[in-house]
Amino acid sequence: MSSAYFVVTETDGTHSLNLLVDGMHCPSCVAIIENALKKQHAVTAARLNLSTKRLRVTWKGAAELGDNWISIIKGMGYRAVPYDPATAETSEKKEEKSLLRCLAVAGFASGNLMLFSIPLWTSDGVEMGAATRTFFHWVQAVIAIPAIAYCGIPFYRSAWKVLRAGKTNMDVPISVAVILATIMSLFETVTFGSHSYFDSGVMLLFFLLIGRYLETCARGRARSAAHDLLQMMTGFATILHEGGNQETIPLAEIKEGMTLLVASGEKIGADGFILSGESEIDTSLITGESQPQKVGVGEVLFAGTINMVAPITMRVTKAVERSLLSEIIKLMESAEQAQARYVTVADKISGWYTPVVHALAAATFAGWIIWGHAPWQVALLYAATVLIITCPCALGLAVPVVQVLASDKLMRAGILLKSGSALERLATITHAVFDKTGTLTLGKPTLTYCQQSDKLQLAASLAVQSKHPLSQAIVRAYTGALLPLQVREIQGSGLEAAGVKLGKRSWAANLLDDADNTLELWLAEDGRQPIRFTFADQLREDAKDIITALQSIGIKTLLLSGDRQEVTKDIAGKLRIETYEGALSPLGKTSIIASLKANGANVLMVGDGLNDAPSLSYANISMSPASAMDITQNAADIVFQGDKLQPVLTALFIAKFSQTLVKQNFVLAILYNLVAIPLAVAGMVTPMIAAIAMSSSSLLVIANAMRLNRRTL
Amino acid sequence: MNVILYLIPIAFTLGLLGLAAFFWAMKNGQFDDLDGAAYRVLRDDEDEA
Repeated sequence: MSSAYFVVTETDGTHSLNLLVDGMHCPSCVAIIENALKKQHAVTAARLNLSTKRLRVTWKGAAELGDNWISIIKGMGYRAVPYDPATAETSEKKEEKSLLRCLAVAGFASGNLMLFSIPLWTSDGVEMGAATRTFFHWVQAVIAIPAIAYCGIPFYRSAWKVLRAGKTNMDVPISVAVILATIMSLFETVTFGSHSYFDSGVMLLFFLLIGRYLETCARGRARSAAHDLLQMMTGFATILHEGGNQETIPLAEIKEGMTLLVASGEKIGADGFILSGESEIDTSLITGESQPQKVGVGEVLFAGTINMVAPITMRVTKAVERSLLSEIIKLMESAEQAQARYVTVADKISGWYTPVVHALAAATFAGWIIWGHAPWQVALLYAATVLIITCPCALGLAVPVVQVLASDKLMRAGILLKSGSALERLATITHAVFDKTGTLTLGKPTLTYCQQSDKLQLAASLAVQSKHPLSQAIVRAYTGALLPLQVREIQGSGLEAAGVKLGKRSWAANLLDDADNTLELWLAEDGRQPIRFTFADQLREDAKDIITALQSIGIKTLLLSGDRQEVTKDIAGKLRIETYEGALSPLGKTSIIASLKANGANVLMVGDGLNDAPSLSYANISMSPASAMDITQNAADIVFQGDKLQPVLTALFIAKFSQTLVKQNFVLAILYNLVAIPLAVAGMVTPMIAAIAMSSSSLLVIANAMRLNRRTL
Repeated sequence: MNVILYLIPIAFTLGLLGLAAFFWAMKNGQFDDLDGAAYRVLRDDEDEA
């Protein structure tokens, strides 16, 4: 792997490199990586961003040291890939920043406007003096007009776009009301009138921008998924020419039919099969399986997996852009686009709300001119008041407030909501699809059998030195004190210390490999009979209860697994899941979900492997455990912590309760409008009343949403 | 009432200062890593010097 292309050299001779780091599990990983790099003499700075998993290293000296830093990070068990920060700045990120700028300006403007609004509301022209009042109106105009012009841009742009397409959305009445309110207020100010609506317009934008910003943040996280995955597949591979010459070429230039040399520890660059050599392959990127798979001549390899033990040569059957990994990325991207077309409740309501409100305003204007014989300025003022008072402030808050409170409550229960509309989609599910390994099971092996239990201490004392999943299982199973041993790890074989070996059957026990797939380790002491430890993946403690609970509330459960059919059947039987299917490819899983959806089902997918990622994006709503790969977590709408499956049920109940609250909130907001609109049409509403009506309806909606906090989980 | 003639500009300038500070912080990348900073304070930097 060469990083030279990505190294940036400054005029003062310092170099910098941006890396995408995969495999971080907790905040202390940040410290481990940064400190390891800072210990190097040349390194002047290393900073790892926990949120985005981007690392920036700067150093003095040779530019070629870049590769060195990558191998240091890899040596600690993380994956690191160089990337170009200019291409990583996505348009979503830019949108997020511009919304934040609008939000800041709106906050500043509404705060300052309030200084003038409160005296204006609490006194009248007689007490304050008409001159002071007009002066205050002018100051408000100076603050509000630039703010409204700038902060409203996201809404005006979106409204213009849908209007040109002959449709309407919530942004149309918002834009019209804000612009009309500003024009009316300016007219009032110029004509020394008594009312201005500058504050209402800016405050409305401020509240709506808060909601919009939160939504964009949630969406942005999900989108970075496929992007990160593609970054992981940049690099170089060694090809072997017919004459025996070797050449290093970029992964993108690998063609079908080429012969690749893959050293141990190297990533496999393309799909293909083994020509010579035997090794073990870490397929966790594709299958989520933590245990390396043994492979021999003729067996199929997939791009993105890692060769662990010995060098192999392979024949390429599919180049990287047609590999299984790329297929998975493409599936995820197309599914995400489909998801973006989801219509939220708020959009559905605005579909009929907008025309009704605009018709009412027009009727008010016409009515006052025809029957009320009012001058056109007065009629227009009343019409604008109708628009302002019906402005969907409470409607705009109805959903986000519930979402924020619900996601806060779920967060405290160890459940992370990543998508704004996740709760809405979760509440209506009819089918729940589960993956097996790592989802219904813990995905990590547990010690199930030990030939001589008194040897566990010795085995654990060796195993504690290794990060291998089976070694860790032994350490977890042993609780006593450990023996101090000088342990050496022999890559691909096992652990060794003063006459004791712990490892593979063929290496530690000198026995022939047998064909069964039982996970095992052997402990051999000099001159004694070797003893055997076996391991198995365990079901999550409460898996059966949760499946039963889901079935009892009428949700159909399915088990879809990439594992062998017999194993899948066994697990399905234990959990009483009637519909199951094993030996499925990522595409197979998505097509089953697609056919369920085609029959009108709302599907929840729970999975943890990369092979689940397309199905996660494809399902109506998806969950994944926090032990899943970063990319899979990114594809999921909801991520949950812990060794239990309970969060699936908790999230479902919170989602259902939230939807009830959202509906109540809409009813409350609309009821408020039903009271306020007749007053506005009748021309009886002053800015004071409008402000009280608007803020109290918002407060009522918030108070109703707060009921979520009192609900015990 | 003359007091408002200088109080209004003061209030306005203070607000603008706050806004400018926020924009500076945003440009400076202060909000880039909202999760990491909370843990950074708990960490001993053995080789910061």
